Amino acid sequence: MVTKTVEPKSGAHFRLGVVPLSGRLRPRLITVCAALAVATFLVVAWSVSLGDFPITFTEAMRAVVGIGDPGTLLIVQELRLPRAVVGVLVGFSFGLSGAIFQTMTRNPLASPDMIGFTQGAGLAVVAGIVLGWTGSVSTQILGLAGTFVMAVLVYLLAWRRGTTGYRIILVGIGLQWMALSATDYLIARGMQFQAHAALGWLTGNLNGRDWSQALPLAITMAVLVPAALTLGRLTRTLQLGDDVAIGLGTRVQSVRLALLVTGVGLVAFGTAAGGPIAFVALAGPQIAQRLAGTAWPPPLAAGLTGALFVVGSDFAAARLFPMELPVGIVTGVLGAPILLWLLIRANRAGSGG
Amino acid sequence: MTLHPIPELQAGGLQLAYDQRIVVDDLDVKVPPGRITAIVGANACGKSTLLRALARLLAPRKGAVQLDGRALHSIPSRELARQLGILPQGPVAPEGLTVLDLVTRGRSPHQTWWRQWSKADEVAVHDALAATGIADLAGRAVDELSGGQRQRAWIAMAVAQGTPVLLLDEPTTYLDLAHQIDVLDLIHDLNRNEGRTIVMVLHDLNQACRYADHVIAMKNGRIVAEGDPADVITAANVEEVFDLRCQVTTDPVSGTPLVIPMGRHHTA
Repeated sequence: MVTKTVEPKSGAHFRLGVVPLSGRLRPRLITVCAALAVATFLVVAWSVSLGDFPITFTEAMRAVVGIGDPGTLLIVQELRLPRAVVGVLVGFSFGLSGAIFQTMTRNPLASPDMIGFTQGAGLAVVAGIVLGWTGSVSTQILGLAGTFVMAVLVYLLAWRRGTTGYRIILVGIGLQWMALSATDYLIARGMQFQAHAALGWLTGNLNGRDWSQALPLAITMAVLVPAALTLGRLTRTLQLGDDVAIGLGTRVQSVRLALLVTGVGLVAFGTAAGGPIAFVALAGPQIAQRLAGTAWPPPLAAGLTGALFVVGSDFAAARLFPMELPVGIVTGVLGAPILLWLLIRANRAGSGG
Repeated sequence: MTLHPIPELQAGGLQLAYDQRIVVDDLDVKVPPGRITAIVGANACGKSTLLRALARLLAPRKGAVQLDGRALHSIPSRELARQLGILPQGPVAPEGLTVLDLVTRGRSPHQTWWRQWSKADEVAVHDALAATGIADLAGRAVDELSGGQRQRAWIAMAVAQGTPVLLLDEPTTYLDLAHQIDVLDLIHDLNRNEGRTIVMVLHDLNQACRYADHVIAMKNGRIVAEGDPADVITAANVEEVFDLRCQVTTDPVSGTPLVIPMGRHHTA
């Protein structure tokens, strides 16, 4: 008893007769999500097929999903897959987190790497390296702590009888520059090898990642991704402004706090695992929005775009250059032209971004 | 669409303030159910502040706004959003959002996680587009519409929400005269066809007289006069509320009061 009709008034939608389940469908968004997921899987399979021990592309695809002979499985699943999986998870959490912040503040500039959260993580990790805490505390814990402290600071300083998206951005940018200055100071007074290690982390790097980085992130995402996608429905009113959202029955301050906690959690654990990989949280949601032709960053497609963006960039960083580069360099180099191209194309079509 | 019973909206002992600045103090007001009420007054007289309080966008510092005897803040937000709609002044839609998407979002308080496009949603959105005369614009982006069409799209969203009480903050601002009349005619239809209670803040006294059944004139956070337009809009009241000398004659078209302002350079 499924009625599925396509008519101009309502667009594609579904409505089950037996249970009261119904929703509107966006065929283009569904296609984009499916295409991004398939492309991500193919890039992961391709990247694990390459290495000192050659594995065919087909074998690699099978090994990724756990089929194949024990030797191939060992090489793929223990040695090569963790790096690709960390890349997928970090990219997904950055893309989704960016979509949350951009939707919440109604501003594409409000991604976590523009409003200080990532820089908070950077400051904490660099302080750990330069001041010699890293013997007792891992960079993962420092990255997490830095992000959370920064997020709490932004929220408290932006609070004045409730928060607005605008104030979160201004306060975030201010704190971002304070964190960057402090980071620069620490690097300048640190020893040369410390400064080198600090800069290596600040670029964002997936070299030598194993399951110990993937697991905490995967567990966090198992909780936060469903939460974020569920909260996404509530942002549909928030996008119309606080007053309209309140009028439509949305508890604006609670929803905004829940979104902030979810988005910060995603970016904190992502940064802890992969470092502050540049541009993914900013560009991923914007690219996804233009691919899907929606008026807001679609959360799932933004996560998938981020995942493809990071594994694709890491693949390019490891294979396309004479020396192996950190992924963070490539994301900026690859991401900026893609976003610019989409923006220019949209402007020419008269629906500028 | 039937919206009965129409709930009663009233407020008692209201004190409204922004930070330390008290805008409205000890105000009592009762909105006539099923009628159109216009709130008029000079700039900064507290009329928009009062409307925001009636719409639960501003929490009163003292007193309470009540819907059918229940304080607004004690009513769950979604339940309240099925009774009381608000269209704020100058709302902005995200770039590229279609009219259909905007109007559909008006159904939010009726939707759940699993039921996001019920038959009732579809009917309400369809009816709202038809009632506001923008069905043929459903696929267009809101930000590409003319000012008048855009305001119709927002009103359509509020109509789709299906609330028996609808508050509008300066619904005609930024519209040219033809579009102002167009929007007011539409609001008149919403009241007469479906019996919705309408409360709106208006600047134009003559339009308030024509379209409202009940006028509330405010000055310095107090209600100076309220009631039938013919009783409220008198030369004496206009002079008190706006510090403006005028003559009040009869609108040759509608028979309601027509205010002719005098100013410094023109005297009778």
